[in-house]
Parts: sequence; structure tokens; C-alpha cells
Amino acid sequence: MTHAAHALEHHTSTGLDNRKVAIWTFIGSECLFFASLISTYLVYKGRDTTGPTPDEILQIPLVTVGTALLLFSSLFVVLALNGAQRGNRKSLLTWLGLTILCGIFFISMQVYEFQHFMHEGLKLQTNLFGASFYTLTGFHGTHVTIGVIWLITVFITAIRGQLPPEKSLNLEMAALYWHFVDVVWIVIFPVVYLMK
Amino acid sequence: MATSAVSHAPHAAVHVEKTGLWSWITTVDHKKIGILYGATAFAFFLIGGLEALLLRIQLGTAENTFLTPEAYNQLFTMHGTTMIFLAIMPLSAMFFNFFIPLMIGARDVAFPRLNAFSYWVFLFGGLFLNASFLFGAAPNGGWFGYANLTSKQYSPGLNIDFWVGGLQILGIASLAAAVNFFTTIVNMRAKGMKLMRMPMFVWMSFITQVLLLLAFPVITVALILLMFDRSFGSHFFVPASGGDPLLWQHLFWIFGHPEVYILILPAFGIVSEVLPVFSRKPLFGYAAMVFSGIFIAFLGFGVWSHHMFATGMGPIADTVFALSTMLIAIPTGVKIFNWLGTLAGGSLQMKTPLYFSLGFIAMFIIGGLSGVMHASPPADLQQTDSYFVVAHFHYVMFGGSIFALTAGAYYWWPKMFGRMLHEGLGKAHFWLMLIGFNLTFFPMHFVGLHGMPRRVYTYPEGLGFEIYNQIETAGSMILGFSFLIFLYNVFRTWRGPANAPADPWNGATLEWSLPSPPQEFNFAEEPEVHSRDPLWETKREHGGPLPEPKRVSGAGIHLPNPSYWPIVTALGIPTVFTGVLLLPQIGPWGIVAGVLLTFFGTFNWAFEKP
Repeated sequence: MTHAAHALEHHTSTGLDNRKVAIWTFIGSECLFFASLISTYLVYKGRDTTGPTPDEILQIPLVTVGTALLLFSSLFVVLALNGAQRGNRKSLLTWLGLTILCGIFFISMQVYEFQHFMHEGLKLQTNLFGASFYTLTGFHGTHVTIGVIWLITVFITAIRGQLPPEKSLNLEMAALYWHFVDVVWIVIFPVVYLMK
Repeated sequence: MATSAVSHAPHAAVHVEKTGLWSWITTVDHKKIGILYGATAFAFFLIGGLEALLLRIQLGTAENTFLTPEAYNQLFTMHGTTMIFLAIMPLSAMFFNFFIPLMIGARDVAFPRLNAFSYWVFLFGGLFLNASFLFGAAPNGGWFGYANLTSKQYSPGLNIDFWVGGLQILGIASLAAAVNFFTTIVNMRAKGMKLMRMPMFVWMSFITQVLLLLAFPVITVALILLMFDRSFGSHFFVPASGGDPLLWQHLFWIFGHPEVYILILPAFGIVSEVLPVFSRKPLFGYAAMVFSGIFIAFLGFGVWSHHMFATGMGPIADTVFALSTMLIAIPTGVKIFNWLGTLAGGSLQMKTPLYFSLGFIAMFIIGGLSGVMHASPPADLQQTDSYFVVAHFHYVMFGGSIFALTAGAYYWWPKMFGRMLHEGLGKAHFWLMLIGFNLTFFPMHFVGLHGMPRRVYTYPEGLGFEIYNQIETAGSMILGFSFLIFLYNVFRTWRGPANAPADPWNGATLEWSLPSPPQEFNFAEEPEVHSRDPLWETKREHGGPLPEPKRVSGAGIHLPNPSYWPIVTALGIPTVFTGVLLLPQIGPWGIVAGVLLTFFGTFNWAFEKP
């Protein structure tokens, strides 16, 4: 390979890897996606003609635990990335495993919550609260699920020893996405559960 | 890397152009993908044009029965949707694909396989939308799909479902492409190509990607809410349950107004490339052009409610949106004066691309002036939903975007296909298009102010509408015919020799330094840029035209391998939305199959050896 050809492939104008620019770009775009869903929820808040209303049905304690674990998972994934960058396989696998467990707990909590609400008579079709609640938290939950699948994929490559420090960007990409999903929940939690 | 071993092996990577259907299906070359975008978009442009001609035949005489009201609704909805999402946007995407990497001195886009994925999703989205014709259920709620006309109650058929699904598929294609081109422009510029040295087409394309990234998620949410209403029984837009149809209008136009800049900014970029080359002087006011483009995009997110003056938002909202809308006239005016400044004192080369660019400036000014008129709420209340508005947006969309895209086609054709289009036929195309266009759309200003409403399949006799409509219908036939001349020009050129020189117009930008068409790897060596008009600078230093660049073997240049995973992954997306259409028949299994297919494709793609 000639020197010029080599330079053309590996040099970038900003010095950042293309994939890193792309994931930030994607996250920027996703902000507008969730902003639109959250706006819809806020516009329709309190406009229902029939119940159940948020006050009657939302349970703060369980969701608080889920929120806390999701926030901790952001710390764990940073520690996992640190392990990956230092080539510390044990640290990488431990923290990444914990991140995935937190994610799975959050999804399970949401599945339980949805089933409980269905049982209480709140469906997508019931009223505007049901429609906007399930759509907003459902799309967030879908993002968490995709994040968990992504992290598990990275975890498996790490177990196989295919995640050396120079490839830690593979984890960093998933981690950036994971932080974003957490940040969105930091907005959703007070807007849906705490705001009167 | 073992240089000598690689380049001396008998089957070493000497780049032979691959041909055949399979090479197009698996291609990840930005130039081939650009050509695919162009061919597909032009086919959809012809379909959308034929739909328009059918509408014009219906409106040619009063109380005509050529089309039923239902057919008319489907045709005007599909005409608008097709021209916006399947013609103008992907025709711009053709130029993004083919020319952004060439103009910034890159070997390909940042993510070649994602680029192929975008194209295939776009193609499937277009086919999905048009498949509705096979079921006699083409979308019929207008390209804006106002709630609650689109509710299950008022639109029980599959028509709106096809529209909701098709636009979501196309949105995914646009977003994937926008992430790709944003990254490409940020990260893949040649050495020395600072942001303020980028060609103006690259700048305007860059701003367009930002608009795409920020506007498309909003329409996606609006479409999801509508899809949930129609397919899963929620009540987002049902007033009886407290739902607000105006929420749809807000979400739609927060997307919809930036969308019109998504349609026009690439056109601004093309014209800003053509005018300097054919005036033989650099673009006037480069920095002002850049910042006015950014200002237009920024303001574009603050004007959406001028589409909603008729909904009665109250004096404060009306005033704010009227003022922000009028403000846009300033950066747009800056652009127009800069184009005129570029032409002024130039040594004008009266070639076809310049003809179309001059046509663009004139037509776009007319469209801009009528736009400023309905920025004023009292004026808008007279004009809204009348043919005056139809006249306005055709002057900016056709007189603006299509004229500029056609200029770009004539300008870049030799680079894309190695053949020169015929000048005489090109000029005949221009004059017929200009005359046909103005005959079609200028009378709409008058008939609109006389009270003829848009989106209505016919009009009664004796209101004085007949003569205008007859002129419009005649004009539309001339307009349609002008594109037959273009097709003949293409056909004629196709059979001629591929003998276009590398630099037929004395171009200023890097793509003209390459053979026509460029080789698969674009640049054998990374170019280095020292100014805004790098090729003019090189020619100045050389003391005249450069020698014709030679085709080189390109041995040892690493290019990404072809891949079929983009098309496989892309197939999952329309499968999901076909599943939504078939929910009553087969339950959720279609959706499940689509999701699984997408995941299957994504995983194989992610773990494929690059």
C-alpha cells in the first residue's frame, strides 16, 4: 500500500474516528425524536375525558429503583470502558456484565409495570394518558432493549478475547448510546412520574 | 503492509470496473449508488409528472368528468408526495452521493455500506407507496395528511396506511443518509480543505444534512402517533377523546418547513457551483453565502406556524411567525444578490447549465416574492387554500429546485457518464421548460386570487376560471414535452462515443481533475487544497489547461468489498410496515418477521469482514 493511499484511509479531518462522529450525529437526531414524544405527552397531560389518570395509577417507588439502577449502569459502563482501554479483561467483563444486568432489570420493571397497568384497566386505547404514556415509555424501553442487545453483543466479543484496547471504540459506541438512553430517562422520569 | 507482494500477485487488486446486475445490487461505491439514486428518482419524477398531467387534463375544462373526485384526490396526493420525497430529495441525493466525496477529495463516503442501505430503503419506500395503486388505494389525504381527515373514521381504507408506512420507510433512508453525509463532510476532507474552503455545493449539502437530522425525527413521531391511531386504536388525534388535530399540524410543519429548505438548499449549492464556472470568476461573497445558508436553516425551524395562520392562533403567535417568516427574505436576498454579483462583469459562457441557472434565479425570485406576500397573516387568509399558494410553491419547487437540479444534470453529466449532452437540444429543453412552466403556473396567481380553491377536482362554469385553466393545461403539456427532449438528448448521447474530456467547462473544483467518469477509487493520490477554487489555482500555476489525466491501474488501493447485507437489512424495513398493513389478516407476525430480518441483516453486516 502506498503511503498516500494509507493516509487517505486513516487520516480524518477532525482526528476523531468516523464512527464516533456518526454516533454523536445520530444521538443529536434522536434528541428531536424524544423531544417530540415528550412534547406530545405534556400537551395531552390532564386533557383526558376518562380515567385512569396518572395520579390514580403511577407507582413511584418501583420506578425509582429502576431509575437508580439505570443511572448506576451509566457509571458501570464507564468503568467497563476504562477496563477495556487498559486491557484489564476482568474489570471489563465485570462492569459490562453489571451494566447489562441493570438494563435487564429496568426492562423487566417496565414489563411488570405495563402488565400491572393493563390489569388496572389502562391500555393504549383507553385514553390520551394511556396512549401518550405507553408510546413515550415504550419507545424508551425499546431503546433500552436495543442497548442491552448491543451491550450483550460487545460482551460476547469481549469473552472471546476480540476486544483488545485498540478496539475499545466498539464498546465506547455502545456506551455513548447507553448514556443517551439514560439521559432521556432522566427527563422522562420527572415529567411522567414526579410532575403534578 | 507487504506492498511488493500485493502488487505483484497475478490477481492483485488492479481495479477492473465490475458490471452486471449483481455488481449494482452489492455495490458500495458512492458513484454507482449516486447513479442508482438518479435513475430511480428520475423514474419517480416522470411518474409524478404524469400524475400532474392527468390532473391538468381534468382541470382543462369546467365540470369535467375525466377523473372521479376519488381518483383526483389520490393523484394530487401522490403527485405532491412523489415529487417531494421520491423526486426532488433523491435527485439531490444523487448529487450528494456522486459529488460530495469527489469535491472534498475523498475516496468514498464515511460508511459505504450504510450508503447502499439508504438507497435500498429509499427504493423500497418508493415502491411501497406506489404499490397502493395496485390496490386502488393510493393515499388521498394530501401530502400534509391533516388530522383528523386521516382518522380511521373518515379514511377507512388502506390509502392513508400506505402513506403512513411509506413515509416512515423513506424517513429511515433519509436519516441514515444524513448521518453518513454529515460524517463524511466533517471528517473526510482532503488535506488543506478547511470548512471555509469547501465548495458551496458541499456547504449547502452540509446544512441540508443538519436539517434532515433535526426535522425527520419530528415527522417520524407524528407518523407513529397516526399509525397507532389507525392500526392500534389509540386516540391521539380524535377530538371526542380530548385529542387535538392541531398537534398533528404543529408536528407536521415543524418538519414541513425545514423540509422545504431541504428541497431548496442543495439547489442553491448547485447554482453556486455553475455560476462561477460559467462567469469565469470566483463566487461573489463566499462567506456571506455560507452564513446566509446557515441563517436560513436556523430560521427555518422558527416559522412553521405560518402554514397555520388559518387555524386562528391569535394575534401574538400570528405576529411572531409573520415576522420570523419575513426575516427569511433577508438571507435569501443576500444569496440572490451574491449570484448577481458573481455574474456581474463576468465573461459569460452561454452554455445550457448557465441557462438553467439563470432561469432558476428569475423563477425563484418570483416564488420568493409571492412567499413574502403570504407571510402577512391578513394577506395569507385571502390566499390560503387557493391556487395562489399552488403558484407560489411551484415557483420555488419547480422554478427553484427543478431548474437548479436540471442545471446540475447538464453541468455534471459529462463527469458522471463520460459523455457530453447536446447543447442545442439542451437549450431547446430550457426554452420549452421555461415557457411551459410559466404558462402553467403564472395564471394560477390570478385564478387563485379570483377565488379558485386548491385540492378540488373541478370548478363550475361562468366564474371566469376557464381561460386560465385552459392556458395552464396547455402550458403543462409543453412542460411535459420539454422533458421528452431531455430524454431524447440522453438517448442520443448514450449511443454516441464516451469522449467527454476531464474538464469540459474549465471547472474550479476537484472533481474536474479526474477522468470522466472517475475511476472506482476516485483519487490515486490524496489531493491537497490551498484555496477555495483549487483546480483554477492549479491551472494558474501550470499556466493554462492541464493535460488530460491518465487512467491508472490503482493497484494496491484498498477499497471496501461489495456486500449484499445492506439490501438484506433494508428489506426488513418495508417488511415491518407491510406487517402493519396486514395486521388484521395475519396478526403481528409480519412485523415480527420484518424486525427479525432487520436484526439478522444488521448482525451479519456488523460482523462481515470489511
